[in-house]
Amino acid sequence: MSSIEERVKKIVAEQLGVKEEDVKPEASFVEDLGADSLDTVELVMALEEEFETEIPDEEAEKITTVQLAIDYIKDNLG
Amino acid sequence: MSHRRVVVTGMGVVSPLGNTLEDTWSGVLQGASGVVPIDSFDVSAFSTRFAATVKSFDPSPYMPAKEARKMDTFLQYGLIAGIQAIQDSGLEISEELGPRMGTCIGSGMGGIMAIENNSLLIAEKGPRRVSPFFVPGAIINMVAGNLSIKFGLKGPNLSVTTACTTGTHAIGLGARTIQHGDADVMVCGGAEMVTTPVGLGGFCAARALSTRNDDPQAASRPWDKDRDGFVLGEGSAVLVLEEYECAKARGAKIYAEVAGFGMSGDAFHMTSPPEDGAGAARSMENALRDSGMNPSDIQYINAHGTSTTLGDKAEILAVHEVFAGATDTLAVSSTKSMTGHLLGAAGAIEAVFSVLSLRDQVAPPTTNLFSPDEACAGINLVPHEAQSIGVNAVLSNSFGFGGTNGSLIFKRV
Repeated sequence: MSSIEERVKKIVAEQLGVKEEDVKPEASFVEDLGADSLDTVELVMALEEEFETEIPDEEAEKITTVQLAIDYIKDNLG
Repeated sequence: MSHRRVVVTGMGVVSPLGNTLEDTWSGVLQGASGVVPIDSFDVSAFSTRFAATVKSFDPSPYMPAKEARKMDTFLQYGLIAGIQAIQDSGLEISEELGPRMGTCIGSGMGGIMAIENNSLLIAEKGPRRVSPFFVPGAIINMVAGNLSIKFGLKGPNLSVTTACTTGTHAIGLGARTIQHGDADVMVCGGAEMVTTPVGLGGFCAARALSTRNDDPQAASRPWDKDRDGFVLGEGSAVLVLEEYECAKARGAKIYAEVAGFGMSGDAFHMTSPPEDGAGAARSMENALRDSGMNPSDIQYINAHGTSTTLGDKAEILAVHEVFAGATDTLAVSSTKSMTGHLLGAAGAIEAVFSVLSLRDQVAPPTTNLFSPDEACAGINLVPHEAQSIGVNAVLSNSFGFGGTNGSLIFKRV
């Protein structure tokens, strides 16, 4: 089983159409990885699907970087 | 007729006969068939199990996978045909020209595959699984929307949806937009992809499709006595229309002039035409009047000719009426015998064929025409093989559910 970091990076790369090596922890989805508002909604949905969880909208809005996504999954699936 | 003349300066096609303009046209001139058994989903329970599908389709040379994923297939077809058409026109879209360029591209049904997929998803997993790209990836006007974003087309941004007349109306109304001065360039056409369970099921239920499952390539047989319905097609065609003086000033390649456009309504029945083809006749008469031409000025008609019992006969009766005394020098064919029926894209791809018949001085064939309906006596239906003929002007017909009709006339410049 891949680590949470690897799984998150893989999904971000797939969803946003970027290379996995560009998915650095500090990368912002919008600023660095070219996402628009609809992309970020779909990205959160993909994370929900992968980790079989439900991320409330008010939490989802705060997940703006790769690291914040990894932290959220770790804290909530721990 | 308006002072401002409109010409065709670019064309693009994604079709069951090929994914470029020239591949498709060469298939048409050879009398090829784009009809194949459907293998994209289980069709064993359907009364019709074949269609004219787009083959070896790969959007990646035209758009990143990330963009393609957000679009229903009809949008991808439309966007690619649009990109091809704009490239073919040689237009360089500047800050100055962008606001004078618009687009009008429609679809009969839009993103039905996206609607189906998201319906299944919501039933299985609930509303939180509906994609945020579902709506912009499925609605009909998004070929025009995406094309305008990609190329900076800042003029009129339109879509038409009139069933199987969509493509013809989009071109005719786009031409009028230029004539009226709202734009100097309009990128116009249609796109369709309904080879899905609900799309196929719907047309099967309407008893509109041929059920010749044992010989699919002979199923689309306009005017043949044994015709038994149309063959579902898919794809897109887009034409760049341009004001004549603008096209001339930039030294553009000019394919043909949009010489006339006519419309009419049957006011008769949801899916059937009146037997005498009165609506079709009015549409052709209106196009002739708009062009200022006489019936004897037209050498070729690219017919709607879908291979349905009623529709084919009604159209040919209308031709007899409108072109009475002028049929000796007239060729009439249905390219749907090869491409199948592209529904909302049919008028656009047939406009392309009409324009190319002018360029190459050839009437494309009606294939599968083994035993013509008696109503067709005295009309050259160009059976089996293309015919080299002198063509100065061409008329293209489209008729759609709802009793909506359109006719375009193109002529050599």
